[in-house]
Amino acid sequence: MERRGSLWLLSALCFGIAILYIPILVLIGYSFNASPLVNVWGGFSTTWYAQLWHNRQLLEAALLSLEVAVSASTGAVILGTLAALALVRFARFPGRLLLTGMVNAPLVMPEIITGITQLLLFVAMMQLLSWPHRGFTTIVISHVTFCTAYVTITVQARLASADRSLEEAAMDLGAHPARAFLEITLPIIAPALVSSWLLCFTLSLDDLVISSFVSGPGASTLPMVIYSKVKLGVSPDVNALASLIVCAVGVVILSAGWLMGRAERRRRLETQLADQ
Amino acid sequence: MRLTGSPGRWLIILPPLVFLLVFFLIPFAFAFKISFAETAAHVPPYTDVLQVTPDHHWRLAATLANYRYLLTDEVYGVAYLFSLRTAFFSTLVCLALGYPMAYAIARAPRATQSVLLLVIMLPFWTSFLLRVYALEGIIRDNGLLNTLLLHLGLIDQPLRIMRTNLAVYLGIIYSYLPFMVLPLFATLEKLDPTLLEAAADLGSTPWRAFLDVTLPLSVPGMIAGSMLVFIPAVGEFVIPSLLGGPNNLMIGRVLWDEFFGNHDWPVAAAVAIAFLLLLVGPIAIYQYYNVRQLEA
Repeated sequence: MERRGSLWLLSALCFGIAILYIPILVLIGYSFNASPLVNVWGGFSTTWYAQLWHNRQLLEAALLSLEVAVSASTGAVILGTLAALALVRFARFPGRLLLTGMVNAPLVMPEIITGITQLLLFVAMMQLLSWPHRGFTTIVISHVTFCTAYVTITVQARLASADRSLEEAAMDLGAHPARAFLEITLPIIAPALVSSWLLCFTLSLDDLVISSFVSGPGASTLPMVIYSKVKLGVSPDVNALASLIVCAVGVVILSAGWLMGRAERRRRLETQLADQ
Repeated sequence: MRLTGSPGRWLIILPPLVFLLVFFLIPFAFAFKISFAETAAHVPPYTDVLQVTPDHHWRLAATLANYRYLLTDEVYGVAYLFSLRTAFFSTLVCLALGYPMAYAIARAPRATQSVLLLVIMLPFWTSFLLRVYALEGIIRDNGLLNTLLLHLGLIDQPLRIMRTNLAVYLGIIYSYLPFMVLPLFATLEKLDPTLLEAAADLGSTPWRAFLDVTLPLSVPGMIAGSMLVFIPAVGEFVIPSLLGGPNNLMIGRVLWDEFFGNHDWPVAAAVAIAFLLLLVGPIAIYQYYNVRQLEA
């Protein structure tokens, strides 16, 4: 019974993982198909990859998306860390409940609603203040809003488990609170900052719905271009582009995971040695 | 931090508080206001709810017409119920698929565990839009699944999956499965193995012990995972738009068309507000009481 149970569990796990990975692997396979027809294998070819470099629309959209993703994730990491510090370190302050609510709400808010409401705000602001012009700025602001939530939650968990006595010791020895934060707390929460920056980066790079609402004429992010191409039907260059993105993200995530795991192990080893 | 109680702490609190207030909360106030406006043929395409009369008085020009329209035009009610139903059944399938996966990972040796978790996490990090697109390569009429089945002689003509509701179900299950596995794993991992040993010592079969011990103790993980799948699935736009048929009425798609197709901003704002009250409201209240209960 026990053995049979394990076997059953193992096959369920393999089945689930197969479901998650087969479509992506098939997509990568298709991207090397010389034939533009999807159901005919015309031999191995990298034509579609070469064509990507001549597609101005795609390249411009990719550049815009990267700029947005870098700005939004940096902004979100700063705001999210501040929010996490406020929520962990200050037990009570006016607006604490409000901040908690606003930090968590974007996680359960359907994207389409966030998108519509933010567009309505930007339109009204444009009327009153003549700012911001819809495009890069508005997309970054929207992305910062939903990314901040992920940063706050990640950093909050790390801060709550961090040993505060180190920071207190530094301040007892005369360090300014800001210096104690920079030299003690920041290195402790650094892994959380790195992983949440990466998460924000991929979330921003992938966002279609919110960007479509808050963007203006002439500013199309990569997902917006991909979506309109896919809507028209399958195109082989999207296969190539998608494979590139999936592989790039995979490599970055795996190496970040590996580096952080190594740093964590080294830190543990050092504390063990220090304790001896 | 010594800043507690000093004005310096506002340097930490204010930036995120003000930013989220302006760009997250206040937009809902605008949406609320515009949901009482009328469509107009200028930019922006709605009338002002608060108007200033020539003699400098404020005048409230609000109309309930948009909400009345939502109640009378049955498209919205149908779309709302259809979205709830689609999300509900997809969540159930995710639970059925994800539970044994999470259980298998929780029982795996430590070293294997972290590798398996990474394997589950990786699709979550890669592009959602591209994964939906990748699924199309499997299920379309001349996709891999049909080619394979035709080749094996199991079917004579391609199965029609693309542009049907089945495709939407498959899309949601495929996209959201990792969201179900991770919280379930977190709960199952913390489960005390001695409880199962005790059950075995007292003579219960592994299956019986699973039903009486593991399953009830994993309910929090089941709820957390189901929420993570159900909530975004109800408002899903990309999946019904790319995989669903032309008459698939998920509420996210209706909202998108109202906005970009009909340019009816006031009605779209009313849909957003109604949706917020009917979906996000109950969940927020539930979570509030849940947290209170945990703290008590």
